[in-house]
Formats: sequence, C-alpha cells, structure tokens
Amino acid sequence: MNIDFTAEELQFKEEVREWFNANLPADLKRKSELGIALNKEETQTWGKILNSNGWAAINWPKEYGGTGWSVSQKHLFDEVRVEVGAPNIMSMGVAMLGPVLHAFGTDEQKAEHLPRILNYDDWWCQGYSEPGAGSDLASLKTAAKLEGDEYVVNGSKIWTTYAHYADKMFCLVRTSTEGRKQEGISFLLLDMNDPGMTVRPIVSIDGEHHLNQTFMDDVRTHKSNLVHEENKGWTVAKYLLTHERTGIAGVAGSKAAIAKLKALAKKTIVDGKPAIENEQFAMKIAQVEVDLKALEYTNFRTLAASATGGAPGAESSLLKIKGTQIQQLLAELKVELAGYLAYPWGTLGEAGPEDFGHAVASYNFGRASTIYGGSTEVQYNVMSKGILGL
Amino acid sequence: MDFSLSEEQQLIKESVDKFIAKDYVFENRNKILETEDRFSRDLWKQYAELGWLGMALPEEYGGFGGSAVENMLVSEAFGSAMVLEPYLSTVVMAANALVLAGGSEDQKKELVEQIIAGDLLISVAYAEAESGYNLANVSVTANGSGDSYSLNGEKIVVLNAPSADKFIVSARTSGEQSDQSGVSLFLVDANATGVELTSYNTMDGGRGANITFNNASATLLGAEGEGFEVLDQVIDIATAAICAQALGAMNTAFQRTLEYIKTREQFGVPIGTFQVLQHRLVDMFMAVEASRSMVYMVSMSLASDDANERRAAVSSAKAFMGPEARKVAQEAVQIHGGVGMTEELDVGHYFRYLTLFCGTFGSTDYHLKRFAELTQ
Ligand SMILES: Cc1cc2nc3c(=O)[nH]c(=O)nc-3n(C[C@H](O)[C@H](O)[C@H](O)COP(=O)(O)OP(=O)(O)OC[C@H]3O[C@@H](n4cnc5c(N)ncnc54)[C@H](O)[C@@H]3O)c2cc1C
Ligand SMILES: Cc1cc2nc3c(=O)[nH]c(=O)nc-3n(C[C@H](O)[C@H](O)[C@H](O)COP(=O)(O)OP(=O)(O)OC[C@H]3O[C@@H](n4cnc5c(N)ncnc54)[C@H](O)[C@@H]3O)c2cc1C
Repeated sequence: MNIDFTAEELQFKEEVREWFNANLPADLKRKSELGIALNKEETQTWGKILNSNGWAAINWPKEYGGTGWSVSQKHLFDEVRVEVGAPNIMSMGVAMLGPVLHAFGTDEQKAEHLPRILNYDDWWCQGYSEPGAGSDLASLKTAAKLEGDEYVVNGSKIWTTYAHYADKMFCLVRTSTEGRKQEGISFLLLDMNDPGMTVRPIVSIDGEHHLNQTFMDDVRTHKSNLVHEENKGWTVAKYLLTHERTGIAGVAGSKAAIAKLKALAKKTIVDGKPAIENEQFAMKIAQVEVDLKALEYTNFRTLAASATGGAPGAESSLLKIKGTQIQQLLAELKVELAGYLAYPWGTLGEAGPEDFGHAVASYNFGRASTIYGGSTEVQYNVMSKGILGL
Repeated sequence: MDFSLSEEQQLIKESVDKFIAKDYVFENRNKILETEDRFSRDLWKQYAELGWLGMALPEEYGGFGGSAVENMLVSEAFGSAMVLEPYLSTVVMAANALVLAGGSEDQKKELVEQIIAGDLLISVAYAEAESGYNLANVSVTANGSGDSYSLNGEKIVVLNAPSADKFIVSARTSGEQSDQSGVSLFLVDANATGVELTSYNTMDGGRGANITFNNASATLLGAEGEGFEVLDQVIDIATAAICAQALGAMNTAFQRTLEYIKTREQFGVPIGTFQVLQHRLVDMFMAVEASRSMVYMVSMSLASDDANERRAAVSSAKAFMGPEARKVAQEAVQIHGGVGMTEELDVGHYFRYLTLFCGTFGSTDYHLKRFAELTQ
C-alpha cells in the first residue's frame, strides 16, 4: 500500500497550478471564492478558456477532445482547481451528454454536438424529472410520437436546471406504454427554440433562479435526434449513472471549504476573540475534517479500483451520501459563524462583511444536494440492494 | 402539576389560532411581503384592538396583566404562520425593556400605553459586529449626564428597525468593553440627527438594519450603568418567545410534511408507505413534542425571582430547541424533495425561519455553555 503520487503526477500538478495562475480571470476567481454561481456568459467565458487549453472535458477520452487523463490526474486537477479558487462550472453537456454520445451517438450526432459542447457554444439542460416522476423516474409521462420523420413531443419536465440559459435539452420521453415502464423510454435531443417549448422560472430557497418547469406542446424534432434505439432510453440513462463519476464525493471542494471556514473563523471576532479560539466551534470543524479524511481515503480506494478496471457501481452511492453530508455540515457551520449576519438577505454586499454574503444562501441551496442526483434515501436503497443484497 | 390553560387563556388561544388559520394563510403573507414595510399596519392595529399587544404586560402600564403563558400562546400561533408584524421587537422586547428598566414612571407609562394601543413601534438595538451573543460586550459609547447623552458607534441587525419610531439602545457609559456594569439603556428617536440606518430585507421576510450613531442625542432609561440586568432579562423573555414561535413553525413544517407523504406518490404508492420516511416523521413529531415541553417549562420559569434559575431555564430551552428546530426544518425540505426547495411552497420559508431561530439570542453552543456555567 502506498498513497504517494508519482513524480510525474506531482510535476503535472505543478503545471496545472501554473496554468491556472496564468489564465484564471480575477473577477471569476473572486466570485468563485465567495461561492457565487457564475452567470451564463461567465461560465462560457471560463469554459472557452479551458477549452483553448484542451481542458474543457477532463472526463472525456482523448479521441473526442477530452484530456484522457488518468484518475489520479483528474483528482489532482480538481485539487488544484479548488486550491487556486477556480470555478467549478457545471456543464451538463460535458458531464452527461458527452459520455452518452461517446457510447451511443451516431457519427453525425457526435460531429454535430461534441465540438460545440467542448467549446461551450451550446448550453444543454437535462430534462429527466417530471412533476409525477422524481425518484421514480421510470414513471415519466412526457410522450414522443413518431409522425413521419418527426417525433411530436408533449408533456412537462420540472426542476430543469438552467433551462432558461439552455440552447438544447437532452431528455427522456415515453415512446411506448407497453411492457415494463423502463422499456418504453427513449433518449431524445430537443432544441429550446423549437416552437412549443416554454420555460417557467422556479425560484429556490436561496432566492435565486436556477430551476424551471419546461413545457412541451406539440414540439417537433427530426427522428435523427433520437439517441440509441427507440425504447432503449433507460439503458442510456443507466449507463450515465454507472459511468465513472469523477468527483462525486466532492472531496477537493470540501477541503477548500474547510480551509476557507478556518480562515474566516480566524478573522471573525466573536465576543473579544477570534471564533476559531472558541473550543466548541473549533471541535466542530475538527469533527467534519476527520469525517472528510475518512471520505477522502474511501474515495482514493474507489479511484484506485477504477484505475485498475473496476467500475464504481453502488459504491458511488456511499461517496455521494457522505460527500453531501459533509458539504451540508460545512455550510451549516458557516451559517453558525455568521451569527446575526445570517439575517440580511439578498443585498448583503453593503450590509455586512461579504464573506457571509452568500453563506446562508449557499446553505439553503445546498440542501438540494441530498435531493438531486438520486436522493440520499434512494442512494441508501441502491446500496442495500446493490451491495448488501437485501 | 397542571398544564391546562385558564379560561381566559383558552379564549385567547382560540381567537389567535382562528385568526392565524383564517387570515394569515401563506398567500396573504406573501401579499404583505410585497409592501414596503413588509408587515401590515392594519393588522397591527387589529392586534391592538383585540388586546393582543397588551396581553402579557402589567396592568399599571395599561396592559392586561397576563403572564408569560399568554405571551407563549400568541408567540406560538404567530410562529406557526411566520407572522411579520413586529410583535417580538416592539411588544416582547421593547415594552418589557421599558417596564423592567427603572427610572421615570410617567415617561415609561406613556410609551408602553402607546405600544399597547398600536401607535408606537420600538426596536431594541443591542447586537454589535464583534459582540457575539454577549450582551455585556458593548462598544457603542454614551457620553453625558442627566437629560442629555450622545451616542456613538454601531449596532447590527436591528429587527424591524426601518419602521421603528424609536430605538432602545445598549451603550457603554463606563467600564471595559465586556464589563456588565457600565452598560446603560437609552431611548433614541429614529429620526434624530446622527442616527443612520442601512436597511435590508431579512431572510425570514422581515426588515432589519444596521444603525450607526454619530453624536445622536439619547435619553437614559433607568439607572446609568445598570442596564445589563434589564437587557439580560429582556433577552431571556424574548428567547422564550422565539422558542414558542419556533415551536409553532416546527409544528407547521411537520404537519405539512406529514400531509405530503400521505399524498405524494412514487413507485405507485404514497411515499408515506416507506418505513424510512415513517420513522423520520416520528422523529419530527418527537422533536415537536419535546420542544413543546421545553416551551412550557421556560414559560413557567420566566417569572422566577432567582435570575440564575431563569437564565438556566432559558438556556436549556434554547440549547435543546436549536438542534431540534434545525432537524425539523431540514427534514421538511428533504422529505418534500424538489418542491421543498422552492420559494413557491411555504415549507422552504419555514426552513429559513427556523434557520434564523438557531442563531438568534444565542446559538446552541452559547446557551449550552451558559447552562453549564450556571449549573456547575
Ligand atoms: C436543485 C435541483 C436541481 C435539479 N436539477 C435537475 C435537472 O437539471 N434535471 C432534472 O431532470 N431533474 C433535476 N432535479 C430533480 C431531481 O432529480 C429530483 O428532485 C429528484 O429525483 C427527487 O425527485 P422529487 O423531487 O420528485 O422527490 P420525490 O421522488 O417525490 O421524493 C420525495 C422524498 O421521498 C423520498 N423517497 C422517494 N422514493 C423513496 C423510496 N423508495 N424510499 C425512501 N424514500 C424515498 C425522497 O428521498 C425524498 O426525500 C433537480 C432537483 C433539484 C432540487
Ligand atoms: C433483557 C431482556 C429481557 C426480556 N424479558 C422478557 C420477559 O420477561 N418476558 C418476555 O416474554 N419477553 C422478554 N424479552 C423478550 C423481548 O420482548 C423481545 O426480545 C422483543 O420483543 C424483541 O423480539 P426478538 O428478540 O425476537 O427480536 P425480533 O423481533 O426478531 O427483532 C430483531 C430486530 O428487528 C427489528 N424489527 C422487528 N420488527 C421490525 C419492524 N416491523 N420494523 C423494523 N424493525 C423491526 C427489531 O427492532 C430488532 O432490532 C426480554 C428481552 C430482553 C433483551
């Protein structure tokens, strides 16, 4: 057993650090360090900078314009990213659609979409969940009927993150009501500008607009926008779930959050002394840090296993459950540190130290991490079935 | 032992509960949130006419002489609907500060009477940027004597400050920054020169402000240098009140979640059929019940002549309820799934309300420590 990275890997880490320091715009770094989500333009700006260096898709194989990095390299990249305060931009195109097209896309689909995903030209949103189909995704009802060369889509998707930014949507639709629910689902690509697509904003409890409900009313799309075969969409969706999910544990992010929390607790004076000198508070940070250490090494073990070919299956549930728990605890501690400064809402910039400006909003929105991407309860079910055989 | 309410208390409870259920539904609250004050002056007048504002205040000040139990009943009901009107700031805090501070009875009586009539709003300014929850840690200074003092310094997060007519401000007249002696209470006009507000909305929907005092003229309340004991008692009374509010909010969040799991279907069945969720709802229920016990306990202990007994009771209630409130708030969101994350459903608003409860008038840690020190 040996936990050291190789000399080449450490050299790699140094190069990544240098590149970030040279190329990360100061305004984006500042926003990222304050925990403020980047807007569409900022995301695209940063995405294009990454892409100019071939780093837009660290999870993609080289042949499709990805980095082709080893799991260690991806891990180190992530560590440096949070260390230098670079934003963790979320591209559902890079994270989700890309791997799907690599595995199931036609040559035309790959040629049309992959470069535009890499260069952040198209913003993709994920249309899976519906009002009646959340944890029980397979019960989705949005229907696509083939009429001539076109699918006609009717129904509604909900919780569609950044649908209001999106140019396109990959979605799961029902193409058959026969047999098992899972066997009548197809994976379809839609254009947000298609006639019949409407987007209703949903403001979340951080006071921000990330979420939407999307309505499809006789939306027509050419049948060439079907990915994989008709009624095989569940296979595609499941492939994505079991596909290697780098960083699902969020270790690097939580490490950075702990460092920031400590720094903040050092400069926040509470009743005559820095908050970090309050033993009760320091112990709570220590407890989370200890928990994170356990998660970090569990994550290493999973990385090592997948490096030698074992695909993480139900184990990734463990990483998600513990990872989100730690993220939520850290957000909670920051709110605790804010004290009365948790009150000012929305316009805190002027009202209090800006370090707390987004502490509470992040805590609020952070509650979602145990709901989306398979809720914690669902992850427990996955593990009890998949690992314990219950 | 008797946990039953008197006949009058029962009547009060029924009338407040009825009002809340009928008139303070979520949609109506949302309409109030669209106004500039973010509370309803009409409703405030109505509360005055119904006698709710003077219910727990002494008769010699124009109140009805009720006990902390009356205050508890109103607070729980108000918390259950996240009532926005400044009952906590003006009645529980300011009126009690006036009553408890020594000094000119005539001046105080007039002010409390105006509060009870719904004609005067006062907020108490005590927290500072570096004070933490220590009420004795006061850096705002007051210089002067007799009728004329002037204040300098800053107070933070003064709830309902933007609509207040006056402030009661803790300021130091002598001693070191954390000395209990040397803290005095002052009355300041909101529009006095040298009083400047930086106002903002608060996470629970209300309004608040940071206030700077720049040679602002102020009237001493009670004896100079002896404000700490008064402030400490006022914050204890207010802590008991927010515990009752939190109980109301916890109970509503729990009830909503209980209703939801019976109706929300996934996998062809109500999610309430999953044992995992059933047990979690039982946990929420137990949190509400145990919190109710603590709210009764603290309400009955507030009148104690022994200040340390009162303090220990208050701290035990707050230390207990912080984690319980947070748990109920988090579980309500989690068990609602995506819809619990939205501004559109009241559950998320209860989540925010209860989040603020945890850090108001002392965190869980602060109160655990205070309790430990008082009971060693
Ligand atoms: C911030 C955010 C962003 C999102 N972004 C997207 C997006 O971009 N695209 C998209 O398609 N979807 C998105 N979602 C939707 C997300 O995937 C769903 O919210 C999630 O699948 C849960 O579904 P639900 O909200 O309907 O809750 P439900 O499935 O109704 O669950 C309610 C509660 O019941 C529990 N539960 C459900 N089934 C079981 C069971 N069998 N055993 C025990 N407990 C159970 C759940 O854990 C939860 O606590 C997003 C959600 C959020 C909150
Ligand atoms: C010290 C001691 C003294 C006792 N004295 C007496 C006595 O004097 N007379 C007498 O008659 N009996 C006595 N008992 C027996 C006691 O009542 C049983 O142990 C008890 O009813 C549990 O039954 P079990 O041991 O068969 O466990 P099981 O019923 O087999 O339970 C095993 C586990 O499964 C859990 N479980 C069971 N059903 C469910 C469910 N529906 N949902 C979720 N979890 C479930 C249980 O909580 C437990 O954790 C005694 C037991 C002990 C330990």
